[in-house]
Amino acid sequence: MDTTRLIIVAVGGQGNLLTTRVIGEAALLSGTPVRMSEIHGMAQRGGVVESAVVFGDAQSTTIADGEADALVGFEPSETLRAINKCNLNTVVITNLATLPPFTVTLGKSVYPDLNELQDQIRAKTGNLIAFDAAALAKEAGNIMSVNMVLLGSLIQTDILPLSANNVKEAIKTTTKKAFVGSNLKAFELGFTAAKELG
Amino acid sequence: MHKLLTENPGKKMLLLGNEAIARGAIEAGVAVATTYPGTPSSEISLNLFQMSLESDLYFEYSTNEKVALEVAAATANSGIRSLCIMKHVGMNVASDALMTLAYVGVKGGLVIITADDPFMFSSQNEQDNRYYAVLSGLPMLEPSSIEEAKDMLGYAFDLSEELQEPVIFRTTTRINHSNAVVVFGEIKKRITTGDFQKDPFNYVTVPAVSRKLHAKLLKNLEKAETISEKSKYNFITGDGNLGIICNGVSYNYVYDALNDLNLKDRVKILRIGFSHPMPGAMIKDFLKGCEKVLVVEEGEPYMEESVKALAQEEGLTLSIRGKGKDLFSHLYEFNPGLVRKCLSKYFGVEFTPPAVPDLSDIPEIPMRPPNLCAGCSHRATYYEVKKAAEGMDTICPIDIGCYTLGFLPPLSMGDFLICMGSSVGTSCGFSKVTQKKVIGFIGDSTFFHSGMPGLANAVFNNHNFTLIILDNGTTAMTGHQPNPGVDMKKLNLDGYNQISIEKVVRSLGVSHVSVIRPYKVQKSIEAIKEALNVKGVSVIISRQMCSLYAKSLKKLKALPFYISDKCKNHRTCVNELACPAFYIQDEKVEIDPVMCVGCAVCAQLCPEKAILPLKK
Repeated sequence: MDTTRLIIVAVGGQGNLLTTRVIGEAALLSGTPVRMSEIHGMAQRGGVVESAVVFGDAQSTTIADGEADALVGFEPSETLRAINKCNLNTVVITNLATLPPFTVTLGKSVYPDLNELQDQIRAKTGNLIAFDAAALAKEAGNIMSVNMVLLGSLIQTDILPLSANNVKEAIKTTTKKAFVGSNLKAFELGFTAAKELG
Repeated sequence: MHKLLTENPGKKMLLLGNEAIARGAIEAGVAVATTYPGTPSSEISLNLFQMSLESDLYFEYSTNEKVALEVAAATANSGIRSLCIMKHVGMNVASDALMTLAYVGVKGGLVIITADDPFMFSSQNEQDNRYYAVLSGLPMLEPSSIEEAKDMLGYAFDLSEELQEPVIFRTTTRINHSNAVVVFGEIKKRITTGDFQKDPFNYVTVPAVSRKLHAKLLKNLEKAETISEKSKYNFITGDGNLGIICNGVSYNYVYDALNDLNLKDRVKILRIGFSHPMPGAMIKDFLKGCEKVLVVEEGEPYMEESVKALAQEEGLTLSIRGKGKDLFSHLYEFNPGLVRKCLSKYFGVEFTPPAVPDLSDIPEIPMRPPNLCAGCSHRATYYEVKKAAEGMDTICPIDIGCYTLGFLPPLSMGDFLICMGSSVGTSCGFSKVTQKKVIGFIGDSTFFHSGMPGLANAVFNNHNFTLIILDNGTTAMTGHQPNPGVDMKKLNLDGYNQISIEKVVRSLGVSHVSVIRPYKVQKSIEAIKEALNVKGVSVIISRQMCSLYAKSLKKLKALPFYISDKCKNHRTCVNELACPAFYIQDEKVEIDPVMCVGCAVCAQLCPEKAILPLKK
């Protein structure tokens, strides 16, 4: 089986690890070999959380620079920061709702311009799907479901060896019962958004 | 029932490496587990703690790694399968117990897990703990994958009982914090009650006894080597006259690289999973069939040196390389691309990796350093100490925990840190030879871990500094584990006692002790000023529950604040506190009501009194 490599970057608290878990459970459901690794030492303290998911025959759980087939960023400046993982074929999906780091609030640094940021990602990768996932999460009834919106978009691109049905099943079994409804709605909204933008 | 406690052999589950190791412990019939929490090992302990609440497994958060190992040494010598878990630097603390426990040995199985952290994702150094196996003369095992880690733990217990020695089980962060699908095995029945037979001439390590025991250890080591030679965890795959010797996660990177480089038919791999003692005869045989050999291991050249020595014994002159300027570094962790590059270079195989994007035109992306949480009591304390010490020339030794983040601007409190407890010992030294006011910072859990001996030293030797004990009622950094100062009744857990830090400090002979509530800014500053002016050792205990912990216990009723139109945009709040609940919109400071916990610290320092509660 071919190897597919996915990087997900987010700010602590955005639900990156839960998303990775859903993807892992969906792979388990469909019998797809999967390995994942995560770095989350400071997740609760506003740091960056990065996870890597490797499907297929590879043994490694990490991904070298330039070798991600897909990059999903939950926050636009973090998507740009992870661009070293991409190549000219990489599919990039990013949320456009910003969470400026505190260094910006303190006036010590400047947040990148969102249009330039998208141009740069577009120029250096295969395809960029960018939209305000926070707005869709709100529409789904839970602002915390940004992760599920982006997961929906990722699955729509068909780049992962996972079916939408398996992922939805994994959302049902892995996420909190009270949020399953809004999570599934968020997934659908993200799926549709990617279809329209893709 | 805890998902890792279920009898369900054959069940497949997606598990974090640390969950798989905890399951491995359950399958191995571990009856006692002890630990001091530390990333990347913490989830092993967390899962065992949870399982101990619904089974007859005994688990404890010990005060430090040395104590944890001593507890496990005794239970294992009473015939009970015992597991002791720590991060790599914890081994330094436990090493005093380890070195002589190796002489004494064990009756029931004892496995010591050391979770190493190459690249220092959350550690102060990246020491390679394989050398502890050499130093102590104990066997060591190292898994390459999550699945292997679970099964290898059972093997480690069998090995420990066969050799009557503790076994060191070494992981790295990419084992602990990776996920993979694991197949459950049978659970061995836990034996929870043991007995200790008096045998002082084998257990009481006076010189005459230890001379005998060291000889026993060396004999054991010989036996361990014969087991290592035949162990299923040292294996050869592939065929060819080029050789690779590797361990741990490096094996995965090698495996993938050989596929990418089309070298599968030319290279054979010797994977070392039983890495101390090294399987000498097996390695010699392997070398004889090779033209050249590359040793792939993160960290120090532990295997490389051993392999080169073995080659010398055999008079072999083939090229054996590993660490070196043009090959692997001692630094940081490896990745698949790096290993592939070194393999292609050493074996002379062309490979063009996917082009990495040109990053030269990307503007500087704002850094996102981790920050103390909104309403974190440490922020308030640091601010108050800073104000109280205004005009003083200070040195602030700091310690290990969330509060280490206080060294970042704008708080900028934290000048020196080497290890757990070092704030107190180094405060002694700095105050002795400098003219500056020394103010040390230590957390509650770290104080119990290794701060108390430093404080006793300070009182006895009459040093001159102020120690601020940041008591947030939990071990926050690693995920809110208990410590001896924690009120376990808040967790609805019986059978524990709570130790008062204030009483400990007073009984250690500190005469000036005051307890502050850091959310009360002016009162706290006054109390700190008084302590700073004391000649000798003074202690401030800053007591306020961690806001994350309080939220998780539902003990925090957040009453958020907002910035009213009295604000004149001084930005004292943002610039001096840097609370992440602040953000700037249309050039004005705003407070995120979801993040704000209502500590009211910013409201007390606003010069316009413009920060007000959202609801009265």
